[in-house]
Amino acid sequence: MEKFEKVQGVAAPMPLINIDTDMIIPKVHLKTIKRSGLGVVLFDEMRYHDDGQENEDFVLNQPAYRETEILVAGDNFGCGSSREHAPWAIKDFGIKVVISTSFADIFYNNCFKNGILPIVVEEEHHALLMDDAHKGQNARMTVHLEDQQITTSDGVVIEFEVDPHRKHCLLNGLDDIGLTMEKDHHIDKFEDHAGQARPWV
Amino acid sequence: MSPKTLYDKIWDAHVAHEADDGTCLLYIDRHLVHEVTSPQAFEGLRIAGRKVRAPEKTIAVPDHNVPTTPDRVNGIENPESRIQVEALDKNAKDFGIHYYPVHDVRQGIVHIVGPEQGWTLPGMTVVCGDSHTATHGAFGALAHGIGTSEVEHVLATQTLIQKKSKNMKVEITGKLQPGVTAKDITLAVIGETGTAGGTGYVIEYCGEAIRDLSMEGRMTVCNMAIEGGARAGLIAPDETTYEYVKGRPHAPKGAQWEAALNWWKTLYTDEDAHFDKVITLRGEDIAPVVTWGTSPEDVLPITATVPNPEDFEGGKVEAARRSIEYMGLEAGQKLSDVEIDTVFIGSCTNGRIEDLRAAAEILKGKKIKDGLRAMIVPGSGLVRAQAEEEGLADIFKEAGFEWRLAGCSMCLAMNPDQLAPGERCAATSNRNFEGRQGRGGRTHLLSPAMAAAAAITGRLTDVRELM
Repeated sequence: MEKFEKVQGVAAPMPLINIDTDMIIPKVHLKTIKRSGLGVVLFDEMRYHDDGQENEDFVLNQPAYRETEILVAGDNFGCGSSREHAPWAIKDFGIKVVISTSFADIFYNNCFKNGILPIVVEEEHHALLMDDAHKGQNARMTVHLEDQQITTSDGVVIEFEVDPHRKHCLLNGLDDIGLTMEKDHHIDKFEDHAGQARPWV
Repeated sequence: MSPKTLYDKIWDAHVAHEADDGTCLLYIDRHLVHEVTSPQAFEGLRIAGRKVRAPEKTIAVPDHNVPTTPDRVNGIENPESRIQVEALDKNAKDFGIHYYPVHDVRQGIVHIVGPEQGWTLPGMTVVCGDSHTATHGAFGALAHGIGTSEVEHVLATQTLIQKKSKNMKVEITGKLQPGVTAKDITLAVIGETGTAGGTGYVIEYCGEAIRDLSMEGRMTVCNMAIEGGARAGLIAPDETTYEYVKGRPHAPKGAQWEAALNWWKTLYTDEDAHFDKVITLRGEDIAPVVTWGTSPEDVLPITATVPNPEDFEGGKVEAARRSIEYMGLEAGQKLSDVEIDTVFIGSCTNGRIEDLRAAAEILKGKKIKDGLRAMIVPGSGLVRAQAEEEGLADIFKEAGFEWRLAGCSMCLAMNPDQLAPGERCAATSNRNFEGRQGRGGRTHLLSPAMAAAAAITGRLTDVRELM
């Protein structure tokens, strides 16, 4: 996995709450057997009209936000399905950071597995960041993972929490499976023990 | 020893390793696999030259994409769907995992097949690349959905990297009123907590109304724990559970059964164990409910009216306005006046035999409203066979329902069963998101009995009027 470095740029505002995984990527696009190439259908039903033309009103179709790497979204972002196609589409579009007041659990986990940093902030900070995102073109926000800080275009610094293990993996681009396989002997031991205690499993 | 919750006990029995920061390797007893969220995981294994660590604990079945019309014996027409199903056929064979292919009578929705075949047992950890894995919590198993990267992780290591969630108790006291079902309980709870109310928690459902439910009803309740944002839902095993499990193909037998039973009987929340959050509803207060909006939390009794967005607070005002517009409704409109085009009975929420019996009871000797499209999609081939044996299929067919083969079908509309833009559906499934059942489609979630009632009248209907 690619190492996560500092992200700096215009952030796109999506204040709607409960943006679900069907909105992020409708199921017609789940039929792929690959992980790549889904960026073009991110937010498909909001982003395009029925005839396939872009909906000009949709935030990511506006000139300031077409290449955004940061999304500031409403509460409970990513609720619904476990489809990892949602973070794959987000990543493929080029978004590396999603900021909200809360995330659905599975989506939140899925982000880290794909080099995306989901950041939970307090409501008051969220409002500030949403305002900053609304400023568009010239308002560049900075997300610094090492320092766990977001800096707004006005220079206001907001600190955020992230699990140390996940931070370490993101910063170093580490693959979970490889790390777990190093603990193989613990799994062997568990299987021996559990096999005796619960042989019917 | 300090008192533990049911969740604490199952968790503790499955920690293979705990790091200093509390990150655990949680051992997984059962891994269920379907065709949509697994191909990239198997591809990952191949690229890295890895094997499936415990193929004997891994069970695969195609369900999301498969057509449910009788002509599916001729193969799957949609090329992309066919490729996903063929990929699962091949992956199951190459990696030596248990498999129920499309033409097997045991094929069905993964969350119905697992319990039916006795793969799901109390006290287990169960995962699947599908959020409705929460269903298996009905057995007192810790069960939750995972993404494809985690599917690959479990295939390779039989573990997941996890941090423990908090404990939440949802108690439903007393008795349910006639016409009120497990589906009404689970929707009513989400109406109370909101779709993010369970985020960060594992819910244990308890109380007399939960105890009184059959295993089918308990699965319906736990199935929608995820819709309330919870990682998993749990119900402590009891005699109802043991009776359901006993004799199933993969359930323990003989001395192993006795040993298992002894352990299962220790799986309950100790007195005075700590819950971080507690919700209590009175069973008597729960009415037959339906959703009016595009989030499962948009729940109201069938006797209510469509709400006014201004009555909400914060971000919900705009969300409700958007929902009501999308749904083509008006604030103040009576829910029981809302006319529907389609009825869908099925899904991992309500595709089990008891659900079909509940629908048949309402439909017996009746016809569906003229012009309505109505389909029943059994959750598995075995549910279908049983419904035919019990005469339920005849009741459905005589009423005017299409009688389908097993699969996820119109719950998520990945197969040909979809709503057209603006088409309004009374559905026993679990999500009413925008476009969930087809682009522009409008979904009202309700119980099988309520769906059957709506099929007869052609509008959302209080099932109690037809009882």
